[in-house]
Amino acid sequence: MSQRFTLNVNGKQHTVEADPDMPLLYALRNDIGLNNPHFGCGLAQCGACTVHLDGQPIRSCVTAMSAVGTSKITTLAGLGTPDKPHPLQTAYVQEEVPQCGYCINGWIMTAAALLETKKKPSDAEIKEALTGLKCRCGTHMAILRAVKRASEMMG
Amino acid sequence: MTKHEKLSTFSRRSVLKGAGALVVSIGMPVGLDTLLAVNSAAAQGAKPPLVPNELDSYIAVHADGRVSAFFGKMDMGQGLFTAIGQMVAEELDVPFERVTVIMGDTASSVNQGGASGSTGVQHGGKQMRAAAAEARRVLVEMAVAKLGLAADELTVSDGVVHARSDPARKASYAELIGGRFFNTQLEWNKQIGNLLYAPGKAKPKDFKEHKIVGKPLPRADIAPKVFCTEDFCTDVRAPGMMHGRMIRPPVAGSVPVKVDEASIKDIPGARVVLEQGFLGVVAEKEWDAIQAAQKLNVEWSQVKPPFPTTAEIYDHIRRASVRKRDEAKPVGNVDEAFRSAARVIEAEYEWPFQSHACMGPACAVVDVKDDKVTCWTGSQKSHFVRDGIADTLGVPAEKVHAIWITGPGSYGRSDADDAAMDAAVLSKAVGRPVRVQYMREDGTGWDPKGPASIHRARAAIDASGQVVAYDFLSKAFSRLDVNTNGGKPHDTLAGHFRGVPLKSGDGFGVPAESYEFTHKRMAWETIPPLLDRASPLRSAHLRDPVGPQIHFASESFIDEVAAALNLDPVELRLRHVKNPRDIAVIKAAAEKSGWQSRPSPRRDQAGNKVSGRGIAYAQRNGTRVAIVAEVDIDRQTGKIWARKFTVAHDCGQIINPKQLKTTIEGNIVQGVSRTLWEEVQFDNKSVTSVDWTTYPILDITETPETVDVVLINHPEIDPTGAGEPSIRPVAAAIANAIFDATGVRIRRVPFSPERVKSSLAAAEGGVRRG
Repeated sequence: MSQRFTLNVNGKQHTVEADPDMPLLYALRNDIGLNNPHFGCGLAQCGACTVHLDGQPIRSCVTAMSAVGTSKITTLAGLGTPDKPHPLQTAYVQEEVPQCGYCINGWIMTAAALLETKKKPSDAEIKEALTGLKCRCGTHMAILRAVKRASEMMG
Repeated sequence: MTKHEKLSTFSRRSVLKGAGALVVSIGMPVGLDTLLAVNSAAAQGAKPPLVPNELDSYIAVHADGRVSAFFGKMDMGQGLFTAIGQMVAEELDVPFERVTVIMGDTASSVNQGGASGSTGVQHGGKQMRAAAAEARRVLVEMAVAKLGLAADELTVSDGVVHARSDPARKASYAELIGGRFFNTQLEWNKQIGNLLYAPGKAKPKDFKEHKIVGKPLPRADIAPKVFCTEDFCTDVRAPGMMHGRMIRPPVAGSVPVKVDEASIKDIPGARVVLEQGFLGVVAEKEWDAIQAAQKLNVEWSQVKPPFPTTAEIYDHIRRASVRKRDEAKPVGNVDEAFRSAARVIEAEYEWPFQSHACMGPACAVVDVKDDKVTCWTGSQKSHFVRDGIADTLGVPAEKVHAIWITGPGSYGRSDADDAAMDAAVLSKAVGRPVRVQYMREDGTGWDPKGPASIHRARAAIDASGQVVAYDFLSKAFSRLDVNTNGGKPHDTLAGHFRGVPLKSGDGFGVPAESYEFTHKRMAWETIPPLLDRASPLRSAHLRDPVGPQIHFASESFIDEVAAALNLDPVELRLRHVKNPRDIAVIKAAAEKSGWQSRPSPRRDQAGNKVSGRGIAYAQRNGTRVAIVAEVDIDRQTGKIWARKFTVAHDCGQIINPKQLKTTIEGNIVQGVSRTLWEEVQFDNKSVTSVDWTTYPILDITETPETVDVVLINHPEIDPTGAGEPSIRPVAAAIANAIFDATGVRIRRVPFSPERVKSSLAAAEGGVRRG
């Protein structure tokens, strides 16, 4: 019942044998070895597993392998690197946002998609885009500061 | 020396053990020969055993001059390790960047109690400061011998000891000891855990000399998290590792009586591990383990559902027998004062069970081999996890190596310790390393809970309107159904399911404040746990253990007294609070928030949307915090927006103001979440709060607009904790602000929209506002 899938992750092709019903998260973490998307709930309620599928933030913990197709997958590690950081990553470092840091995939990947479509979102628009994501350490205010800072950096 | 020493090096006693005791104090008149002997003795030999009274257990200077600080506590993301690095660098006189703090690895640090009780700086930092000061003293002694100068002719800059008069006459720390060992004994107080203290002969610097302590230095762990170069404990992969998942009973207290292994035979490599009530599955692939846990057909024993329902819990507490009562030292004659009072004000408050609900459910990887056991854990208490695994598996503690790695958030005795023991039992059973990460329902449903409680407060007023007596009583589940140092079999689910009964201890607390009344009594009572074995409602430490519930009640009540006497709430507090630092935080918060003196409630608002302000204050183990909350209330929807907080915070000496502010901000936001939303739901069978829908927390759309922090620095006072104190008064400040806005007092947390609406409606239907 397991099938062969070719995934395009952060610009590289990976072949994975998996149950078509298996959520993408487990292929990214265990088969490809990308630790950045995290398991938070398995229910699409928290965002810790968020990756981009063709630029759109999706919850990889409920996205079946069979639904991925040839879409381009980008994880937080693929968004930017210390040498070529995404403005949100720079802003996150400058604002020292994370405490435990387990939630950051959801916030950064969702905010990155927002800033792609809306360079200068209002506070309300930022909150609306990020609603539903969870942070247990209570870093919400720092997250908002970082998204605004990144938005300013993007000009 | 590397981060993970081989265990064998620690059991080997140094031939020169004890030689360090020869090291003499600075300024003592001794000959050069003695000093040379001391020098060679002190800096040679094997590493002494990892015990609390050895300097090498805390500080190492490497061949390149870098310094490692081995810390038996760990940072849960509030910047503690930055503060520890600052304290160590300060005392050693080395640049901050040269110090690496290695935390919570049982092979490199002694048991300083883990992350616990906001004691990271207060106790942990105190020890690291003392050790670093002693290391500097020993290094200067070595330089005395090498340079032929007296200690008072030397000073240290950037890790180089040099003559005050001639900087060219010098010896670097690397030259003096790099890569070798101090072999210097410390005066250990024989405590392990939070209270461990083992100073040397050196006295730490006077605060006036501090150059690194007090600076707002950044955290070094941010970029690795943002660029995904740092592993969490969920990312550990041991060679040959299997994935495990646990299966919990649908009715708390029941055990598996029949497990149909054939029901998972189609899942590749899936195996059942059953030991009495302990039921788990393992598989080669994580998804297969998840599938196996879901598909495994289990018949459970029939048991009487053990719990009251959520709605019945407070009546249960009221009716329950008292297991232990404890009283703070009473002042005056409280009972007599109430008998002769002109007026008595009284109220009762209720706080629900709350879940740690960490961002990710707990995870651990354990590799049980014949000769040693290795555990990677996110637990706040890796040393106690080591001891617990030893007990659980019946092996000596020396054979267990527990390595702390950042977990998915931690705010007390969470599910992390249980995950470590589950992984240990599974690994032993299958003879392979096993990674267990709980599912969300295990994390929220089965973590140890912050205890539910009721609180009764009374104030006696005399004929002149003075408060003459105060009586405060909490009745509650213990905060110690499972111990915060939670590795023992009676403290873990693995132990309980394998037949070890819950061994519930008694612990609660009284309000921490300095109100002075002629007659005053504060007491607590604990009641037995709801179930004597594996229970999803066993209670334990959750951030600021029992502080939020106690001070929600006590600081709401002080406001009720102020309102009854038609007094401004700040004024009433200042009349009775006696400690000058307490007075200072209350005044600072009031002033910064622009507090206008008047009694609550305000009576100048009409319409649907109203606003109010409220103050609350508390101490916590030497730290004191006052908070002014400003909230907006939509009377129709019952929705509260805790819009602005002004926090005045005094924790003695501030080590790092930047990280302190962030820590306070996180406390406030988490406190708002706990106050407005959080309540563990259960029916009589089990906990029904099992995910983020059934256990809602604060959403970003509800985040405060402003958290204004006033830091009061007392560099002359030893630092006390900051990890938790500021969550303590949040609920009362919000409750008092709601009362100010509406004239309605809500005495049960959480202030969900439904509860706010029904409270407002009840007030409308009964007594008119005000």
